[in-house]
Amino acid sequence: MTLDLNTLLAILAMAAATIFTRISGLVLIRYVEIDENRRTAIEAIPPAVLMAVIAPTAFATGWAETLACAVTAIAARRLPMLASVVVGVATAALSRAAGF
Amino acid sequence: MLQQNRPAGEFLAGMRAIFPLIIAVLPIGLVFGAVSATKGLSAVETTLMSALVFAGGSQFVAMDIWTHPASWIGVGFAALLVNIRHVLMSASIGTKMQSFSGIKRYIAMLFLADELWAMAEFRAGSTRLTPTWYAGIVMPFYLTWVGSSLAGALLGAFLGDPAIIGLDFAFPAVFIVLVMGFWKGPETGAVLAASGIAAVAVHQFVPGVWYIAAGALAGLAMALWRGRAREQAA
Repeated sequence: MTLDLNTLLAILAMAAATIFTRISGLVLIRYVEIDENRRTAIEAIPPAVLMAVIAPTAFATGWAETLACAVTAIAARRLPMLASVVVGVATAALSRAAGF
Repeated sequence: MLQQNRPAGEFLAGMRAIFPLIIAVLPIGLVFGAVSATKGLSAVETTLMSALVFAGGSQFVAMDIWTHPASWIGVGFAALLVNIRHVLMSASIGTKMQSFSGIKRYIAMLFLADELWAMAEFRAGSTRLTPTWYAGIVMPFYLTWVGSSLAGALLGAFLGDPAIIGLDFAFPAVFIVLVMGFWKGPETGAVLAASGIAAVAVHQFVPGVWYIAAGALAGLAMALWRGRAREQAA
């Protein structure tokens, strides 16, 4: 059971960033009107960020990962989250074992 | 009706409402704990992260880009980007908290997660959102997330190399499911394409996690550009 100083700092930085996002909406509605354009921009941020995180895995790691990403995306249209994740993980394991 | 307004009744009603989501988040917490163990985090560190950050998406991203020693700028910046949606959620639910005193509003916001926000919005649509009901959905959900992360971290040490059973792929898989949840038609497709292309390009040539910022900015620029084009066409 260890607590590394760099890890602790990283966790505190994540917590501070998250608390900032959680509180700032509450502060924002006291001063700013959120119009249609601002709403569109803010709503685009989460999918853009998540896509950026997975893009190197999906398109630039290997065929097994690309295939598993595609299968997961298709599964997610029909299945609940956990089932889709299981299908994706199984696809990754099987296609790596098959040597892709 | 009188029964419903009692604090204990409100708290229990909240717990009942959140129950299905507790069942759903439990295995996700276990997976998070298990893979964080394979990334070299101790059980204490994993539990501390779940307790203090309490935002699954950003915790998964942090594990994906984790380095030794940890880079607080990298994961802090990534958490800011991934959780920026909280600004909108907090602004929206904040207008429905008339029963909350000033300080209770801020305390409630510290525990704002996607699932809790969705349940609270749903509740506010049909009846008065009270601090007691909100506590009833937050408390079991929070304890489940932290507890399952700890359990997963303790179990993870026995799992060995995650790549062999594909467990390292659990993170990208979770992200893909979340991305599909944000799908609202071709608009989303354009944002995703811009983000994906920019991220892959920057990832090839620039070390570190800058590809996340590049993808986020490209997606944002695409959304603004399409929004403006739509306005001019109208």
